Amino acid sequence: MEVKPPVPQIPPPVWSEFKDLQEWEKYHQTRADNDKTSEALTSIADAIHHMPGGWIVTTSTEKIFNWARKSSIWPVTFGLACCAIEMMATFASRFDVERFGMVPWASPRHSDLMIVSGTVTIKMAPMLKRIYDQMPDPKWVVSMGSCANSGGPFRHGYHVVKGVDRVVPVDVYVPGCPPTPDSLMYGLLKLQEQVAHFQHTGERPAPAETA
Amino acid sequence: MTALTAAAAASQIQERLGLAASVTGGEVGVIVPRERWEEIARFAKDTLGCRYFNWLTAVDYKEQGLEVLARLDHLDAAVAVTLRTRLEAGTARCPTLTGLFRGANWMERECYDMFGVTFEGHPDLRRILLDQDWEGHPLRKDYAVDTPHAPYR
Repeated sequence: MEVKPPVPQIPPPVWSEFKDLQEWEKYHQTRADNDKTSEALTSIADAIHHMPGGWIVTTSTEKIFNWARKSSIWPVTFGLACCAIEMMATFASRFDVERFGMVPWASPRHSDLMIVSGTVTIKMAPMLKRIYDQMPDPKWVVSMGSCANSGGPFRHGYHVVKGVDRVVPVDVYVPGCPPTPDSLMYGLLKLQEQVAHFQHTGERPAPAETA
Repeated sequence: MTALTAAAAASQIQERLGLAASVTGGEVGVIVPRERWEEIARFAKDTLGCRYFNWLTAVDYKEQGLEVLARLDHLDAAVAVTLRTRLEAGTARCPTLTGLFRGANWMERECYDMFGVTFEGHPDLRRILLDQDWEGHPLRKDYAVDTPHAPYR
């Protein structure tokens, strides 16, 4: 079997490798647009301008605020029923939504998101509304599981609210009974897509369809 | 002193109270008239020694009225007495057992909450599970499950 010698890795040029300042500027001005170092900010940047010695990002404040918002969504810990077990698993180390900047927080005053995880009874609905009202704007709601979506198996019970959207506005519905942590994480990523398009008009456009 | 058996308890109920008692395993079932509800529970507690008030519930037989059931357990022998009494249709009034058993208090409140049975002599007959302003008694057969409840359904 033929053994190929390793391809030598070309290190990025350093200052001392250029003959003079003009060569250094020429290198950066002719750098390809698909340079990997530029891709980290393309999601929030309107344009990346190459300049001598680096690049300049231009963007709008709304975009960079939304980027900050979606990167630090703090859900209030509001477990109602068995779905809360899956929610806790999502928060815990195996699935670890802290990767997305989500810190479960035990105070509605500091939270941006309420995950309604479980059956909402008629007796619980005023308390849920009160916690929602205590959260500062902008705020989002994820309805987790069949019970919170529509009442689920208890829809025809005498004591169940037929969907939490009769109490508070809902942004993302996560189906399942209960949803797995993977499902909830998918829903939270969908919510991040919504938050990235958040506008102060109060209208929330639907998230872009992903293939 | 020998331990109480279900057959002995049934024979005592038949001899001293004049009521038919059926035995199923360790359980003695007694169908009592409504007027003697507290008297027979007192007999089961004091004479037979069934001191543990296990549960109390009701069954809705629609136009034939409600039936209230209570189960009293003997803590030392494998004997339990199940009392059942039929209330007249349309009245739903039953004597209370709170004078005999402290544990009957919340059970009767729950039975009032779900079935609308009024326990006469109960010290604090309020709803215990549902809101105080709830309308109707949801475990009655004539309660429509989709009854609207403003503002949430």
